Amino acid sequence: MLWRAAARVSGAMAISVLALVATPPVNAAGAAPPTTADARSEAAPAANLPATPASDDFPRPPSDPAATARGKQIFSVNCAFCHGSDARGGEGGPNLLRSPFVLNDQQGNLIATVVRTGRVEKGMPKFDLSLDSIADIAAYLHSIPLGRGGAGQPLDPKAILVGDAAAGRTYFFGQGHCARCHSLRGQFAHIGSMFDPKALQDNIVSAGATTLLGAPLPTAPPRTVTVTLASGEVFSGTLDSIDEFSLTVNSAAGRRTFLRDGDNPRLEIKNPLQAHLDMLRNWNDRDLHNLTAFLAGQK
Amino acid sequence: MSTRQFRPRSLLFLALCLPALASAQIQLAVAPDAGAQNSATTDSWPTYSGDNSGRRFSKLTQINRSNVKALTLAWTSRLVGGPASNGGGLLAPSGPPTIVGGEAAEAVVTGGLFSSAAPISVRGAILESNGVLYASAPDNAWAVDARTGVVIWHYYWKTKGGTHTANKGMGLYGDWLFMETADDYLVSLDARTGKERWHKETASFSEQFFSEAAPMVIGRHVLVGAGNDTDEAGALRSFDPDSGELQWTMHSVPMNEGDLGRSSWPSLDAARHGGGNVWVTGAYDPETHLYIVGTGNPSPAYVPGGRDGDNLFTCSLLGVDVETGRMAWYYQTSPHDTHDWDSAQTPVLVDGEFAGRPRKLVLQATRNGYFFVLDRITGEHLLTSSFAKWNKWVKEINTTGQPVRDPTKDASADGTLVSLDGWTNWPPPTFSPQTGLFYIRDLESYGLLYYTEKDPRGAMGLGGVARGGQVALGSNLEAIDYKTGKVVWERSFEPGEGILGALGTGLLSTGGGLLFAADSGENLVAFDAQSGAPLWHSRLHGVSNAAETYALDGQQYVIVAAGDMIYAFYLYK
Repeated sequence: MLWRAAARVSGAMAISVLALVATPPVNAAGAAPPTTADARSEAAPAANLPATPASDDFPRPPSDPAATARGKQIFSVNCAFCHGSDARGGEGGPNLLRSPFVLNDQQGNLIATVVRTGRVEKGMPKFDLSLDSIADIAAYLHSIPLGRGGAGQPLDPKAILVGDAAAGRTYFFGQGHCARCHSLRGQFAHIGSMFDPKALQDNIVSAGATTLLGAPLPTAPPRTVTVTLASGEVFSGTLDSIDEFSLTVNSAAGRRTFLRDGDNPRLEIKNPLQAHLDMLRNWNDRDLHNLTAFLAGQK
Repeated sequence: MSTRQFRPRSLLFLALCLPALASAQIQLAVAPDAGAQNSATTDSWPTYSGDNSGRRFSKLTQINRSNVKALTLAWTSRLVGGPASNGGGLLAPSGPPTIVGGEAAEAVVTGGLFSSAAPISVRGAILESNGVLYASAPDNAWAVDARTGVVIWHYYWKTKGGTHTANKGMGLYGDWLFMETADDYLVSLDARTGKERWHKETASFSEQFFSEAAPMVIGRHVLVGAGNDTDEAGALRSFDPDSGELQWTMHSVPMNEGDLGRSSWPSLDAARHGGGNVWVTGAYDPETHLYIVGTGNPSPAYVPGGRDGDNLFTCSLLGVDVETGRMAWYYQTSPHDTHDWDSAQTPVLVDGEFAGRPRKLVLQATRNGYFFVLDRITGEHLLTSSFAKWNKWVKEINTTGQPVRDPTKDASADGTLVSLDGWTNWPPPTFSPQTGLFYIRDLESYGLLYYTEKDPRGAMGLGGVARGGQVALGSNLEAIDYKTGKVVWERSFEPGEGILGALGTGLLSTGGGLLFAADSGENLVAFDAQSGAPLWHSRLHGVSNAAETYALDGQQYVIVAAGDMIYAFYLYK
């Protein structure tokens, strides 16, 4: 029942194309392929990076650096024991960065109430601090970036290398059929020194084929198409774009657009990265980790 | 200046003449409505979903399967945003009046993909009432003549900031319009002039809430929700349409010891920072007086530690009494979500047969890839089915029909392959009582989630993870039989260049047997709602919202937005 079933990207391998692809492996996507867009709902950490604070969406009035420095000192002496040295919570006290009291505070007006009266029922004593000191604490707390993703931490590439390299090798030459397209004698011989473990694993999954929303990445090897018109004329080239109603093909003869209604041309489309796409529903994480460990060792 | 003021006046004059004209027109044929409810209007589009049921079904039949091939352009309208819509200067075109409001001294330019400085993109509902369209985009609202596309007035809000993804539309109560702003105000405008009546703060900008839902007006209640990507408590609030005073607040997570759902969190602090935001407009059942609405993901979103338990009432459907704000029932579609499933998708109210007897139902296709049918009077679970093509994150469907997550598919330090960002989202589905089919757009996307948080206290908000290997197999239009949960037919779309196409921009079904959808975002397509066969299309490039339909003077219009353009189609007589 698929509307474009006839034109659906063929799973068949085009050997000639793949031979080209196999030499410069995995479309040289050492750095994460750029995602052109991310229309997921209300939050989108950038492509492959830890969530980065997008605090410019929620600007706050700038803090006075001197007050911030004083506030940090006062905080570390009086507050850090319970609320943590970074104010993100500790043994006794909650995370202050996400506290509505702190977030809605202006120059200490809300924080002062809590600090000077305490919250005895929750085990917080009152503190005899001056309003100026509390305003300094407020300046310090407000200077800590919140962002909507929280404070991001860098990814540890070594934490990815937990797989069994020998099992990865078996998978590469066996069940994974990787060796059908990729040779360890080509650039794969040193692929472990060309890409970090995360880039290796990411590209095993995506091959840099598309964005998160499915648009082909400009860095991906192009799909090829053979168009057969009702007249019998055959036109081949690389696929520039296609939808339900038209397609555009580039070739040495130029750029040509065909309408898909009317004489409805017959299409044969081949994607050199199809083997990667076909795996997406079938991967198990163990095979991915094993494969990554194996390729990371190819130095 | 004189021309600017002339237009509204002349329109007012026109409006005075219209009742007489309209009554002289031939009445439009209207399809019998099997699932009559919610006093659905026959020829206008006065609310977010056309009526309050969430169905986005119009009874209009003038444009139908047999003649849709002759659908042709009636008019276009380009919407100009910003503080001065005509740009000023000697040679500037005479534009409509721009009314400026907002709490910021100067508008703040926010960052990100959907920046406040981004080009105008109408992604939400456009209201139609008495021959006037009311359209919105972040920080902007317009009144547009529904017969000609001429802009009548423009309102601009100087924002303090906030996440500017999409303004999902406005609410209408008589001559009063209601709009949420990304910096958390409810603004009421006089629909006739665009002049501001008042604006009220609805959530805390300092807590990083952002408000973009379409306010739903039920009786004397304006229902308002907000989004949040830090760790704050979700809430639905009701405001008085006259004065703008707060009537009640319903938090979607327990806020006090002893509150319902408290035992589904390890601590009150975790619950009060547990998310569950109400950021998509719901549906209203006049018989029970319940507002039925979905809630978003628990927070922190991806990091399972620190919030052991089911985390009520995140990722849930709620039935909320409109008068009191009290929750009458709940059903959690993703207990203890660790994938940002964010199940706020539009609930759709349907009166129909289920398991051999007539029932009052609510249907929801959620971001986790599952379709749910509940009894909307009681919240009783009736059916769970999967419309996704990959469910490896699910260990089992439990006895109450809830997908139970497999913890081994949570984000991990070595990377876990997941369906990144889910299968469907806020762009609204549609239900046709003619076909009995529930239509959705879905996206099959994958990627790796790496757990990067090393602090035993866990992460905040959407933090604690890195992504990688993002890729998509394609995007689909699916027709689901609500009685069985089975996908009856499916259309697969080639991903386009448009960033909005993959997830779809929302759907419309009509009494003419048609289903309107954008494909990859390039084309607006009319499908046969029964078979899924495409019958008509127009390449508009970058379709950005769901099509709608209304009738004026015996003429049925279909409208859709593409960025800053509105296109209207009709049958040329």
